[in-house]
Amino acid sequence: MKFDTPAGPNPIDKGRVIGIAHDRIDGPAKVTGTAAYAYERHDAAPNAAYGWIVGSAIAKGRIAAMDLTAAEASPGVLGIVTHANAGKLSKGNMNTAHLLGGPQIEHYEQALALVVADTFENARAAAALVRIDYAPEDGKFDLAAERLNGVIPPQGFGGPADTKAGDFDGAFAKAAVKVEQTYTTPDQSHAMMEPHASIAAWNGDKLTLWTSNQMIAWSVGDMAKTLGIPKENIRFVSPYIGGGFGSKLFLRADALLAALGARQVGRPVKVAIARPQIPNNTTHRPATIQRIRIGADKDGVIDAIAHEVWSGDLPGGGAETAAQQTRLLYRGENRMTAHRLVTLNLPEGNAMRAPGEAVGLLALEVAMDELAEACGVDPVELRIRNDVQFDPEAGPQRPFSSRKLVECLRAGADRFGWQRRNPKPGQVRDGRWLVGMGMASAFRNNLTEKSGARIGVDGSGKVIVETDMTDIGTGSYTIIAQTAAEMLGVDLDQVTVRLGDSRFPVSAGSGGQWGANSSTAGVYAAAMALRAKLAEKAGYAAEQAQFEDGLVRMGNQSQTLASLAGAQGLWAEDSMEYGDLDKKYAQATFGAHFCEVGVDMDTAEVRVRRMGGAFASGRILNPKSARSQVIGAMTMGVGAALMEALDVDTRFGFFVNHDMAEYQVPVHADIPHQDVLFVDELDDKSSPMKAKGVGELGICGAGAAVANAIYNATGIRLRDYPLTIDKLLKAQAA
Amino acid sequence: MTPVELTVNGREVHLQLDPRTSLLDALREHLKLTGTKKGCDHGQCGACTVIVEGRRINSCLTLAVMHDGEQVTTIEGLGTPEALHPMQKAFVVHDGYQCGYCTPGQICSAVSVLEEIKAGVPSHVTENLDRVAFSEDEVRERMSGNICRCAAYSNIIAAISDVAGESKA
Ligand code: FES
Ligand code: FES
Repeated sequence: MKFDTPAGPNPIDKGRVIGIAHDRIDGPAKVTGTAAYAYERHDAAPNAAYGWIVGSAIAKGRIAAMDLTAAEASPGVLGIVTHANAGKLSKGNMNTAHLLGGPQIEHYEQALALVVADTFENARAAAALVRIDYAPEDGKFDLAAERLNGVIPPQGFGGPADTKAGDFDGAFAKAAVKVEQTYTTPDQSHAMMEPHASIAAWNGDKLTLWTSNQMIAWSVGDMAKTLGIPKENIRFVSPYIGGGFGSKLFLRADALLAALGARQVGRPVKVAIARPQIPNNTTHRPATIQRIRIGADKDGVIDAIAHEVWSGDLPGGGAETAAQQTRLLYRGENRMTAHRLVTLNLPEGNAMRAPGEAVGLLALEVAMDELAEACGVDPVELRIRNDVQFDPEAGPQRPFSSRKLVECLRAGADRFGWQRRNPKPGQVRDGRWLVGMGMASAFRNNLTEKSGARIGVDGSGKVIVETDMTDIGTGSYTIIAQTAAEMLGVDLDQVTVRLGDSRFPVSAGSGGQWGANSSTAGVYAAAMALRAKLAEKAGYAAEQAQFEDGLVRMGNQSQTLASLAGAQGLWAEDSMEYGDLDKKYAQATFGAHFCEVGVDMDTAEVRVRRMGGAFASGRILNPKSARSQVIGAMTMGVGAALMEALDVDTRFGFFVNHDMAEYQVPVHADIPHQDVLFVDELDDKSSPMKAKGVGELGICGAGAAVANAIYNATGIRLRDYPLTIDKLLKAQAA
Repeated sequence: MTPVELTVNGREVHLQLDPRTSLLDALREHLKLTGTKKGCDHGQCGACTVIVEGRRINSCLTLAVMHDGEQVTTIEGLGTPEALHPMQKAFVVHDGYQCGYCTPGQICSAVSVLEEIKAGVPSHVTENLDRVAFSEDEVRERMSGNICRCAAYSNIIAAISDVAGESKA
C-alpha cells in the first residue's frame, strides 16, 4: 500500500482495542524470566562454545606482532580468530570502523581477536594470554582543540548540514534583545542493560544468528557484505532485546565474531561484549559544541536565530545533527543552522536516543530560558509567542501536519503548577534546599519508514502476525497485536505476534522513534489485504464487510473468521510505503517538560523533586507503554543534565569511565514520580494509524528543564553538561 | 572441577564446576536458568539479583562454590506465566519494565526489600532506626542497586507499593 494522501476514516478509528491502555502481551514472559534473550538460547544451540573478545589497547596504529602461543595452549581453547585467519572481510554500510581490526587499528578497544573455548571461564582466562605488540600512531582526541578543522559533513537522517533563510547577520545586529552563548555536551553511552550478544551457528554455508538487534534487515545486509556471502544464506533471530537506544541499530563485533568463531571451530559460538568493553568497542553519542544566537524584540518575539554545531567522529563517520530542531521549532524570518564535523580517533560516534534533538535541545532550550529572562517574559509565554504553524525555513507553503506545542505548554504548565514559580532565581528555600522550577519545549521529528508484515487467520479463528520488527522495550508486540485485533475484529488475546526474525517480511525496525507508527502501518496494510481476501471468500463486497466479534458481517449475514480461513488458514502480506506527504508537510512531535529541583545550599547536590510534561504525538496506540517510553526518556534526560558523560583521556584516546560503576546513569533514588499527559491529537498525514513516534520525544528537552530549574533555584547558569556538583560549587564560589 | 550442591527453587542440584564459575553463570550456563540476567558481571547493575538463604545478592559477585549446601531462589522460583507471584503480577499491571532485561533482578530485589522493611532492617534514608516503615523513599533507596536503563522507576515504585498494600491509586 502506498500512503500518499491524508488518511480518511478507517477501521483503526473504531478505537475498540487501539488507543486503550493494555498490559504488554509479552509481560508474563518478561517478569518470569522465561523470555529468552540472545545469549540464552540453550534451546537453539545447546552445544555452543564461548567466545571472548580481545580489544585494542591503543587508539590508532598497527599491530606490530601478535603472539597467540600461550593462549592457544591454555585449557579448553578451541580456536582464536584474528585478522590473519578470518579470511577476507569487508565493512558493513552502517559501520564506520571495521568490526574486526588488524593489522590497522582504528580505535581503542576495537576487536582484534576472539578467543573461543569450551567454557566461559576458559575463554576469558585464555584471552588474557593473547600478547599484542603495537606500533602506535598519533591520533586526535580533543573536540575543542580540533574545532577549527571542521568540515561540512555528509547528509544523513538529519537533512542537509547547513540551512539558511532571510538575513541572519543583519537581523541579529539590529535586534533589541540578544542571546549569544556556547553550550557543550559530552560523549554519552547508551548503557542498555543487556550487553550486545550473539550466538552463531553454521549449517553448511548457511548462518543462523540469535542476536540482539534493533534493525534486522540492515544488519543481515551488513553481515552479508562483511562476510561476502549472499543475504539469503543468513538468518537473524532477535525476538527479545534488552534495550538498545541506538546501540543495537547495527551489526556489531559480537555478531561478526560469533559467526567467524563458529566457522573456525565448527560448532556454535556465543559471544557477549563484556560490559567494560562496551563504551569503547561499540558506538556512543558524540560530544558537541553548540553556539546559539537569538535576536528578538523587547517582547521576546524572535526575528533572528542561529545554531551552529561542532562534533567529531572517525574518518568516514557522521555529525551529531544537534541543530535539527532549531530549523522547525520557533518563528523568525532570519535564520541559519550549520554542522561541522572534525576527525577524531575516538571510538565510533553514532545514533543514541533522539540523535540531534536530545543534545540540541539541551542547548536551545537553555538559550530560550536566557532569552525569557533577558526580556522579562515568562518562559512558557515566550515559547507561545514564538510558535509557528509552518516550517519557518520554507514558509507558509509548508505547514505542519499537526502541531500542538501551545496546547502542550498550557496543559503542562497547568498540571505542574507553573504559576507558583518565582521568576527571580534563588528566592525559594525549603530547609537547606534551594528550590527552583524550570521548563523546556520538547520536539522530535516524525520519520516514517517502509514496513511490511504478513498476517493470517488459522482454522480456529486465531490471528497471527509476522514481521521482522523488533521490540526493544518499546511495546511493539502489544501495539502490533492491538492493530491486528482492531483490523480483524477479534480480541487481543486471539492474536499471536512473532517478531525479529529475518524470515519475516522486512519492517521499519526500531530506530528514530519511527517504529511504532511505521510498523503498525505495515500491519494495517497487510490486514487490509487479508480483509479483502476474507470478504471475497465470504462473497461480500470488501468495502461493505464489517469485521467484529470474530465475524465478517454484511448486512444481517455473517460468517466466522475460522470458517473462512478453513483448516489451511488464510494469509496476506503487504507493506506500507510513503509518498511525499513529509515533503509537503513538516511532521514532528511536540511537548513541554516541567521540573522542580532542590539544590543543597552547602553541597550543591541536586535532587529532582517533581517532573511532568504534556506531549502531542498523534494517536497514542497504547497509552500504558507510551507513557513508559516517555518517563524512561525523561529519566535519560535527567541523566544527561546531571551525570552522564564519557570522560575522554585525550592523551591515549579512550573513554576512561567505561562501565556501569563509573558511567553514571539515574537510579531509583534519583527519580521521583513522573507525570505524563498526552494531548489529544490525530495526525492524518503521518500514516493510516494517525500516530506519530513517541519513544524519543520524552528525552528531548527534559535535561534543559532540569538545567533551567537549577538556574531558577540558584541563579547559577551552567552551559557545560553534565551539571555536576563540582561545576556548581565552582560557580557559586566565583 | 569442584562438586557443588545447591537447592535452587526448592530443587536439589549437584554440579561439577570450575571453581571460577560465578553463581550467576552456574545458574545461567549450567542449570540453564536464564531468567537471572547478566548486565555487567561486576556487581554494578543488579540484573543478576537472586535470593540466597533469604537475602538478596548480586550473583555475579560470588562464586558458586561459596554457596555449597545453600538455598537459592531465582525469578523462576517466584512464579510462572500461568501462576505469577504477586510482585510479578504488579510489574505487569503497572508496566514496571520495558525491555525486561533488568526485570527479574528488580523483582527479586523488590520481594526482598519488603521483607527487609518488615524485619526492621534500616537503610540510609531511615530517619528513626527504631521504627523502620514502608515509604516510597525507603523503597527507592533500597532499590537503587538495581539499574533500569529503560527507567521504569516510577512504575516499579508503583508496583512495589501496590504489593505492599500502600498503593496511592
Ligand atoms: S550482572 Fe551482577 S550486578 Fe550487574
Ligand atoms: S526494563 Fe529495560 S533496563 Fe529495566
